[in-house]
Amino acid sequence: MAAKIDKELCCYCGGCASVCPFSALELKGTYVKCDPEKCVDCGICVKICPVGAIEVKGQRGENK
Amino acid sequence: MNYQKEWDVIIVGAGPGGSKCARACAEKGMSTLVIDRKQQVGPPKRCGEGLSKRWVELSGIEPTPRWAVQYIDGAILISPTGKKVVVANSKTTGYVIERSQFEKLLAEKAIEAGAKYMLKTQATGLLKDGDTVTGVKVLCDGKEKEYKAKIVIAADGVDSLVARYAGLQTTLPLTECDSGYQYEMAGVPLLDQQKMELYFGKDVAPRGYVWVFPKGDGVANVGIGVMGSDITTAKYYLDKWIDAHADRFKNASMTEINAGVIPVTAPVKKFYANGIMVIGDAARMVNPIHGGGMGATMEAGLMAADTAKEAVDAGDVSEAMLKKYQDKWQEVRGKEFAKILQVRKFFEKLTDKQMEIIAEAVDPQIMIDLGHGQGLGTVIKTLVAKSPDAAKFAMSFLTGE
Repeated sequence: MAAKIDKELCCYCGGCASVCPFSALELKGTYVKCDPEKCVDCGICVKICPVGAIEVKGQRGENK
Repeated sequence: MNYQKEWDVIIVGAGPGGSKCARACAEKGMSTLVIDRKQQVGPPKRCGEGLSKRWVELSGIEPTPRWAVQYIDGAILISPTGKKVVVANSKTTGYVIERSQFEKLLAEKAIEAGAKYMLKTQATGLLKDGDTVTGVKVLCDGKEKEYKAKIVIAADGVDSLVARYAGLQTTLPLTECDSGYQYEMAGVPLLDQQKMELYFGKDVAPRGYVWVFPKGDGVANVGIGVMGSDITTAKYYLDKWIDAHADRFKNASMTEINAGVIPVTAPVKKFYANGIMVIGDAARMVNPIHGGGMGATMEAGLMAADTAKEAVDAGDVSEAMLKKYQDKWQEVRGKEFAKILQVRKFFEKLTDKQMEIIAEAVDPQIMIDLGHGQGLGTVIKTLVAKSPDAAKFAMSFLTGE
């Protein structure tokens, strides 16, 4: 399992890593990495993402 | 550059907290290494860049035009129907800053004091001896390296993993953080060159607000914070707000896109463990009503440096020793932040109508006090006096039911 991060939308703010209860997400220098070993597809990161860049089980944040 | 492998203090994160702490540690005579995953101290910012006067003073850096780009004497709060409340007194003065320059200046001061910096260096784990942290594992230029330290300080921001590596619980609950998005824009007409503008309302920004922070010459940070658990994005609400003010923004356009998550909650329960202390956003040391954290992290950095010095001198980096840092922070800032959190929890329950009543009837000076955790009683009294149906609401808040 793994959250899908849309590199075109992602602003590399690390918000997803802040809320991930499983430490599956990590902001690297210039990208965000999701560790499929740790991710359980809970979707918490989908809600916090300020730009709707994360997709989990078909759900994404809504942009205008 | 190859630096020594053993240090008194290693600080992870070269933000305002990390560099302020580094300078203090170096000035106290401790060998100090700062590492940061980025290739440049400073950008990208995750910040509206407002810094009040007391924190500018604490920074220890003269507010020069290099970084303190716009003097601020107050704020204009705009209610859902557009009523403007101007707040201005000695507590509301400060600057909107160019944060990238500010962070660089703080790092320069730390380096002058003797600290060393390694950039493009990601902390990947902690070295431990039993349950005591004894250093950091890093990935630097694609190579794995290890650096030992008597004390590690996690200043790695809101998405801190270093504190988690030490076994500390720092996961931010969705309801306790705001999702933030911002454009730095040029060509923005302002209500007042020296005032920050804050726009409230459930449709504008659920639980949060839209801000316009002037940076001089028509440049401004136009940003938003909204409740983290909302599936609609912060970007959506900000774009909607700007579109709704199309006339104002017709000659404006963006020069930066910024995003970030803002803790608006109590700090983590424990911000130390054997051999490690956590400062700033990594420990959720953020003012829960306005989301500002630069001042609190610099202050915590100084406190952590004091405790680090004591611990290194005594050869004791145990929890019992490092707890002194948390005790100090609770005393100096924790109590105030706890009161401010109450204010936030009250305001997030208000309807737009109740917010209008407050904007209409409460003395603007009280609004300033609220940001410091005072005056909530007065606000509740005013609300109840003006709106009988608010009595039940106020009572349920006060009794916690």
